[in-house]
Amino acid sequence: MASIEELLSSNDTTGLLRFSTAGSVDDGKSTLIGRLLYDCKSVYEDQLDSVKNSRVNRSGRAIDFSLLTDGLKAEREQGITIDVAYRYFSTPRRKYIIADTPGHEQYTRNMATGASTASLAIILIDARKGLLPQSRRHAYISALLGIPHLVAAVNKMDLVDFSEEVFRAIEAEFSSFCARLGRPATLSIPISALDGDNVVNRSARTPWHSGPPLLEYLETVPITSVHNYTHFRMPVQHVVRPDLDFRGFAGTVASGVVKPGDRVMALPSGRTSRVKEVVTHDGNLAEAFPPMAVCVTLEHEIDISRGDMLVDPARMPHVSRRFNASIVWMSAAPLEVNRGYLLKHTSHQTAAQITRIRHRVNVDDLSGQPAGHLELNEIGAVTIETTRPLYFDPYAANRATGGFILIDPVTNATLAAGMIEEQQAGPARRPAAEIARVETGRVTAAERITRSRHQAVTVWLTARANVAWILERRLFDRGCLVQALTDNVQTHLLPEAARVLNGAGIIAICSEASQEAEDRADAIMLLGGQLIEFGPDGLPPGDAAAVEHILAELERRGVFLPDDFSSGEGI
Amino acid sequence: MGFSLSHLKALEAESIHIIREVAAEFAKPVMLYSIGKDSSVMVRLAQKAFYPGPIPFPLLHIDTTYKFGEMIEFRDSFARSIGADLIVHTNRKAIEDGASPFRLGTQKCCAQLKTRALLDALEAGGYDAAFGGARRDEEKSRAKERIYSFRDRFGQWDPKNQRPELWNLYNARVDKGESIRVFPLSNWTELDAWHYIWAEGIPIVPLYFAKERPMVVRGASLIPLEHGIPLLPNESPQMVMCRMRSLGCTYCTGAIRSEADTLPKIIEELISFRRSERENRVIDHDQEGSMEVKKREGYF
Repeated sequence: MASIEELLSSNDTTGLLRFSTAGSVDDGKSTLIGRLLYDCKSVYEDQLDSVKNSRVNRSGRAIDFSLLTDGLKAEREQGITIDVAYRYFSTPRRKYIIADTPGHEQYTRNMATGASTASLAIILIDARKGLLPQSRRHAYISALLGIPHLVAAVNKMDLVDFSEEVFRAIEAEFSSFCARLGRPATLSIPISALDGDNVVNRSARTPWHSGPPLLEYLETVPITSVHNYTHFRMPVQHVVRPDLDFRGFAGTVASGVVKPGDRVMALPSGRTSRVKEVVTHDGNLAEAFPPMAVCVTLEHEIDISRGDMLVDPARMPHVSRRFNASIVWMSAAPLEVNRGYLLKHTSHQTAAQITRIRHRVNVDDLSGQPAGHLELNEIGAVTIETTRPLYFDPYAANRATGGFILIDPVTNATLAAGMIEEQQAGPARRPAAEIARVETGRVTAAERITRSRHQAVTVWLTARANVAWILERRLFDRGCLVQALTDNVQTHLLPEAARVLNGAGIIAICSEASQEAEDRADAIMLLGGQLIEFGPDGLPPGDAAAVEHILAELERRGVFLPDDFSSGEGI
Repeated sequence: MGFSLSHLKALEAESIHIIREVAAEFAKPVMLYSIGKDSSVMVRLAQKAFYPGPIPFPLLHIDTTYKFGEMIEFRDSFARSIGADLIVHTNRKAIEDGASPFRLGTQKCCAQLKTRALLDALEAGGYDAAFGGARRDEEKSRAKERIYSFRDRFGQWDPKNQRPELWNLYNARVDKGESIRVFPLSNWTELDAWHYIWAEGIPIVPLYFAKERPMVVRGASLIPLEHGIPLLPNESPQMVMCRMRSLGCTYCTGAIRSEADTLPKIIEELISFRRSERENRVIDHDQEGSMEVKKREGYF
């Protein structure tokens, strides 16, 4: 049995490719998928028998492959796909999850649903009809949902005598449209799903096609990850606290990499600490990256609950109550400006309203039109305001922290899918009454940091009052909010005073006259990860050198937000 | 870049994410535990999701009283060994009224002892979310079901009016009396489940492994000789080398002829299989689209 065990072990490195398919009515999408499943031996005989014995067969061939995928009674009866269906097959090289989405315009929302988890989209085009408005819509939605690879499967080539001329014209039109969507590198493949040409095997009927057949492409395309590995974010889903000794934050790494010892900041509190352990049932990890589900413990006791987010303090997300986004409206009840909705983003939910529809997108020519509302399946660019601030990245940079859904608080229906844009909204200019209504949330530390562009830490020195005053001046001149506390405050009050200053977003510089164990213990307890200590032996003797040393250390710890950080406007 | 997850680890992470979301967002979740291999996988994922803490919700088994004795033994010792809070519910009234697959036929029996029993148990417990181990590759109508499957006050599914489900953002809003069925294994295939059981060393009911068992051979079906199955004229039980590919009630779970008595052999057999795992389930073939019909009525 060694061979099968070897196979199972080697399977540990088999990757997963999720792709979506979309097509217009009757362009053979279900047939293509049925063909892929059949040719990859992912169809069981009894399922095949039930298709062969079905009263319906529209294919004109022995087997109507489309019946393998249309799952609901209404779909088989009407010969259309209504809802997203998920299909599974594998080759020795990869496992595949297909989100098979309907082609009718009325099911655009289902197309967006399927696209949201895909890293490749196959857009079916009928060779006889060329690029239809539907094909453009599919390509547009796929690009909008951030799918890196778009592939045109030009189907029914058998009905145009495998004409290279027909194919090249469609290929050119498709790639120029995709280039306008910011997806210049696209591929077109001439196929016949019905007969199997260029689906799994290279077709002898398209000698002019030098590219791969569809399956070969799916097996070899780099799985350009939809994940971001540079900016650590982990929305906290659940606090694990089995006993008094263990307090862990369970969540899925949304982006970036996290390792024990890494400095992390909790949003919205702005408190910082270090990662103690990355805990899993299978043992502690040396590092975790997306989309791993882990449990993180921290060195300091800081208050964190569900909906909070752990981030890299040197690479903060935007923090704002107001932002621009593209949305796909998914409800029969039209979007209403200034109506109260619920917004779910990562593990966080807050009340929200759309304050402005900037334009509605005409998917055919990608133009924007003024609009007072959005109807079902329409796509628009909007400005949104939330009651509590969101910690987000633009969707294009980070799918996991840039996507959100809107929910109707009355009917509980999912109303829209949203993608936060790169260009952010300016400050709100609204009547005072409205501001009072919307902005009921307290000012969070994260918002303070976004405005001051630095973290609120406490620098703790011993018997270096001069250094404290020089450092205060240097930081102040740099634009920081800062306060030095030396002989102006009683020593035993220093930790508490620093805590209050930090809470207000201000850097505190404390220099106590002599090292008192008790004060130090208080400071550690009260300030946790905000405390940056320089013991009597930790600084060079000269004042100027000491200040440079401290500034370098603050820089190294990511206290100052980098210059390339483009902030969302805090309200 | 060196950051890649095997397909099993990717599926595992997705499932853990779903289980944590449910535990955090619902007032009173419960995990349906059917004793089968998919349930075993799901329970392991729940253990992982809250490690080092315990699973923060109970397991619920709907016992039709027509399960294999070996399943019940396994259930009780397994629940004890992992320290799970196990609730067992049976539609006593129907049993007292004589409900059995032999008397009522499989459809009506299933409606009473599974669907009704499940709905009653969910209502009695006030559960607003119930995990099930169903996978989308099992059956056509399952392929269309969301990971969070909304059910109305009567536990019914409306396939034409499902909430769009984007990214890993699940809409957990329900009104009083409504509930969500959650399928954390939606994207797993049968092979993935077995592969994971092998990789993780997850305990499963011995009925999955081949051995000689007394069977009634009826046409192409092997029906276990349990619960007093009435024999037809000219039928007599035979010892057959066989195993169960999926586990349900004894009468409705046909066995398959097999020599596979280890996990690698089962997996090897599965890879060469040309027939789907629910084929032997009598209940799925009562009428065309029967799973869709049952789900509309409240079945998992």
